[in-house]
Amino acid sequence: MDGWLEVHDSTEQTINRLLETLLTSGVVDGLLVPLRTPDGRNAVPTLVRDPALLERAAPLAPVLPVNGATVLGRITATGAPGRVGAVLRNCELRTAVELSKVQQVLLDDVLLIGMDCLGAYGVEDYARLVEEGLDAVTPALMAAREGGVEPLPGYAFRPACTMCERPIPGVGESYAPHIAIGLLGVPNDERLWVSLRDEELGEALGLEPAEEPAGRIEAVRALVAARTAERDRRFAAFHERVHDASSLLAEFATCILCQNCMRVCPICYCKECIFRTDVFDHPSARYWDWAARKGGVRLPSDTLLFHVTRMLHMAHACVGCGMCSDACPSGIPVADIFRTVGRAVQARFGYVPGRDPAEEMVIATFREDELRELGER
Amino acid sequence: MTDFEPRIVAFLCNWCTYTASDLAGTSRIQYPPNVRIIRLMCSGQLDPIYVAKAVLEGADGVLIGGCHPGDCHYQSGNYKARRRVAIIHQVLEQLGFDPDRVWLRWISASEGQYFADTVTEMVAALKEKGPSPFRRQWSV
Ligand code: SF4
Ligand code: SF4
Repeated sequence: MDGWLEVHDSTEQTINRLLETLLTSGVVDGLLVPLRTPDGRNAVPTLVRDPALLERAAPLAPVLPVNGATVLGRITATGAPGRVGAVLRNCELRTAVELSKVQQVLLDDVLLIGMDCLGAYGVEDYARLVEEGLDAVTPALMAAREGGVEPLPGYAFRPACTMCERPIPGVGESYAPHIAIGLLGVPNDERLWVSLRDEELGEALGLEPAEEPAGRIEAVRALVAARTAERDRRFAAFHERVHDASSLLAEFATCILCQNCMRVCPICYCKECIFRTDVFDHPSARYWDWAARKGGVRLPSDTLLFHVTRMLHMAHACVGCGMCSDACPSGIPVADIFRTVGRAVQARFGYVPGRDPAEEMVIATFREDELRELGER
Repeated sequence: MTDFEPRIVAFLCNWCTYTASDLAGTSRIQYPPNVRIIRLMCSGQLDPIYVAKAVLEGADGVLIGGCHPGDCHYQSGNYKARRRVAIIHQVLEQLGFDPDRVWLRWISASEGQYFADTVTEMVAALKEKGPSPFRRQWSV
């Protein structure tokens, strides 16, 4: 069921009231939603059970300190005692779909609440704009009415956001949440465009059924096209930079092997990663052998092995959330790299991460009648 | 580059290709000595990290040998290996590394001659390609 939700007071308050209704009416027993930290400089996913806390809810705050699907896993994977309404950006939503395939998120207990993503800033930038007394939400909503998604003057969105071609829940082979709140291409100061999976909820929320307005369809189309173009530009730039062994090494030359990119990657969920064991603590003499063979050996060793192995293990499910790039202290465009590689792997299998929880992950399954060109002479 | 001798790391399934390599040996079938064999219980046991390690250490080629489709000792290990090899090829290609240095071949236990032929063929192909670009890279 699709329709309009009347805006009272402000857009954000209207969304917060909707969340409050879900919680107080018992549709959900808890809400996972970003709350402004007490100092206001961040908005962090919080499991809320007391509706009074929703006063601090900041579902539109353009900041992404953690991929929400990771924390959704914490509160569902081993059995949630109740139903949680999860307010997620579309990259987080697509991540939740991927993690559900490997039982790291249990979607049975989740009411998914998506929203048009109007872009996000890095954590540092967001804190700075709050310190400067800037309001990031109102201008973003104003621009979105006309179909625009632009950062504040003097600020830039996270690189991953600029190349995200799936910012709209349910659009472009992304999984439709139970509730999708549309802000783009609609008069979002008067009414919000809401898509629901289940009719009953529409009555509870006071939705006024309607046809999707043409202006919104056009705005979504234009945004997706612009993002796709930027994505392809970044893919091409990667290939321009990296085309042989030397240029690949150059791409990772400044890597300090802190493994932050892996720690924050929601898809890298393994509890016992081989790179966190002593497998790569080789006997001392081994390094000397390598140095003898190649003339020398970079230490710590296996930097490229770390990255290439991660690609081999998870690029098929990379959702392009960009947490890795955010976390890299050396400014390596990790997400650009993983998205480029991931796209090729995904294309080979016709796989779209975040499309459908009923699909199996690329490495979890096989077909007897595929890839016949491999293995034969 | 006439004196270039390719180094091949071969990951072979115990139930088929490894036995075939053994058969090639005991039958005194000649094949080039360029291959270092690592025995696995199943091609499906091959974590791609081992292939990545071999490639980045400077192996000129990697050969993965498994049972013909339908013949896996463990039902479906070779089908899983095949998916992983497809992933390996895609990743290597995107990184600017010739994916055709990594070969997957189905070679049954009785195909000693085919194993020898495969190694001969691969050595010739790798001689064409020249040494791996990672052979002399110390900063991997
Ligand atoms: S590799 Fe980076 S962009 Fe891809 S899922 Fe992991 S953190 Fe997100
Ligand atoms: S976060 Fe950056 S520096 Fe740290 S391991 Fe990843 S790429 Fe290397």
